[in-house]
Amino acid sequence: MKPRALLLNGLMLVAGLLTLFPLLWMLSSSLMTPGESSAFPLQVLPKSPTLFNYRELFSHAGIGQYLLNSVLLSCAATVLSLLFNVSAGYAFAKLRFQGRERIFKVMLGALVIPSQVAMLPLFLLLKYMGLVNTYGAVLVPAMAGIFGIFLVRQYALTIPDALLEAARMDGASEFQIFRIIVLPLLTPILVTLGIFTFLGTWNDFMWPLIVLTDKELYTLPVALASLSREHVQDNELMMAGSVLTVLPVLLLFLGLQRYYIQGLLVGSVKG
Amino acid sequence: MNSQRAAWCFVAPALLVISVFFFLPVLAALIMSLTDFDIYALADLRNLRFVGLRNYIQLLQTPLFWQALGNTLYFVVVGVPLSIAASLGAALLLHSRLTWFKGLFRTAFFAPVVTSLVAVAVIWRYLLHTRYGMINYGLQELGIPAIDWLNDPQWAMPAIILFAVWKNFGYNMIIFLAGLQSIPEDLYEAAGLDGAGTWQQFRFVTWPMLGPTLLMVSILSMTGYFQLFAEPYVMTQGGPVQSTVSVLYFMYEQGFKWWNLGAASAVAFVLFAIMFGVTLLQLRFAKGGEV
Repeated sequence: MKPRALLLNGLMLVAGLLTLFPLLWMLSSSLMTPGESSAFPLQVLPKSPTLFNYRELFSHAGIGQYLLNSVLLSCAATVLSLLFNVSAGYAFAKLRFQGRERIFKVMLGALVIPSQVAMLPLFLLLKYMGLVNTYGAVLVPAMAGIFGIFLVRQYALTIPDALLEAARMDGASEFQIFRIIVLPLLTPILVTLGIFTFLGTWNDFMWPLIVLTDKELYTLPVALASLSREHVQDNELMMAGSVLTVLPVLLLFLGLQRYYIQGLLVGSVKG
Repeated sequence: MNSQRAAWCFVAPALLVISVFFFLPVLAALIMSLTDFDIYALADLRNLRFVGLRNYIQLLQTPLFWQALGNTLYFVVVGVPLSIAASLGAALLLHSRLTWFKGLFRTAFFAPVVTSLVAVAVIWRYLLHTRYGMINYGLQELGIPAIDWLNDPQWAMPAIILFAVWKNFGYNMIIFLAGLQSIPEDLYEAAGLDGAGTWQQFRFVTWPMLGPTLLMVSILSMTGYFQLFAEPYVMTQGGPVQSTVSVLYFMYEQGFKWWNLGAASAVAFVLFAIMFGVTLLQLRFAKGGEV
């Protein structure tokens, strides 16, 4: 074999191992007994693997509740974001209405505004609406988004107009066309937008940290950040918490990679 | 006429949500940054006063704000090029005809991107631990003395940069990979016929052809890196001696810890203005380069 191929593959192997090391180490030390991961000399694998840390998290740290909160919120955000963005994205691509181009341009321009600019007044708005410290406050920013609308629009542009015209000729209403013809054709981008929203909500930290004060309402990342302040020394326990936070989204990504990457490429060609 | 109404039924819900929960707050933030909105105004809006540019002027006289700005710029100026170099390197490896198991490695390189930042920050805080962290353990095996990564003001930001590059490089790698795949093969063949070696092919074909991708990736990364928050929040709480307080961390503390919402809004706008300005500079620079 050529030395160059050997060099390149060796390089890739090293880079791959370095990238995965923190995640593998997290998994391995989450199965160690308390204190084992800080004993000298350091060992890479647990002597006798145990689920002790996971049991501790569920029985004493109440992580089951946080897991449930994260699942519920991420699912709800996904459904809401699909409801709002898909119909709007389709309309921007295929339906005529006054001011369509102008509104779309304004929205694209607004993509440069970082969401943190809106954060403080949004907090006040939700406070006056009585939504702070409820799930509603977490869901509001995920409901509809410019990026989601843009993503759906780019994909919906590929639907042939003739198809929609034919259905109109046959007397179908706009809503029937949307439900029977458009939605099935948009399925791949629905999956893409769904994963984006689910992952985004699951991993979001700053906003739930701001709007949730009751511990019972915490999402996994917020709970993990607060747990890690209390349990600075309990590494094995914290690693188990990290596994529970990381694993669900990692599995979701592994299963639906194709859709995720497609969306990433559409999304990055804005402007 | 009827189809107009149907179209509005499709867009109105989303537009309403975005207007009420995004455009309105952005406008309100601009107004709020010109008021002394604090905990007293939070209790009773009658305590609110218009103060013009006072928040901005005070901000410029606050040493911690300058420190936060400096820390954030450090993070951007060192972090973005490192992150782009790692992404491009990984993309070139994955694109090479000589490498095996591309799908597998692509997934491996991308895995950190989908992980929750807090969870992996917890892992890294542990990997970086002075006494029993794996990184120092590895360094000591190589004969390098242990570094007190997160407790030494000199090393805290580099440690966070290292972590951020690891977390993010997979994202840009995918975009670079798509860019590399769109470069026509005959350009390389022509260069090969002209006697260009690997390095020259990279320098005179790949690099210029990647120009637009590179511009986009650097704008996206830069805006992302300016929004540094969760890493210092989880790993260092802004310390040691405020060496990892970022602009957004400063805004969070002003707003949600001290309830100085007017001043915090001013911070948000200053950050936005800086990001906007740097993006414009990059675009101008890229245009100048083309002409």
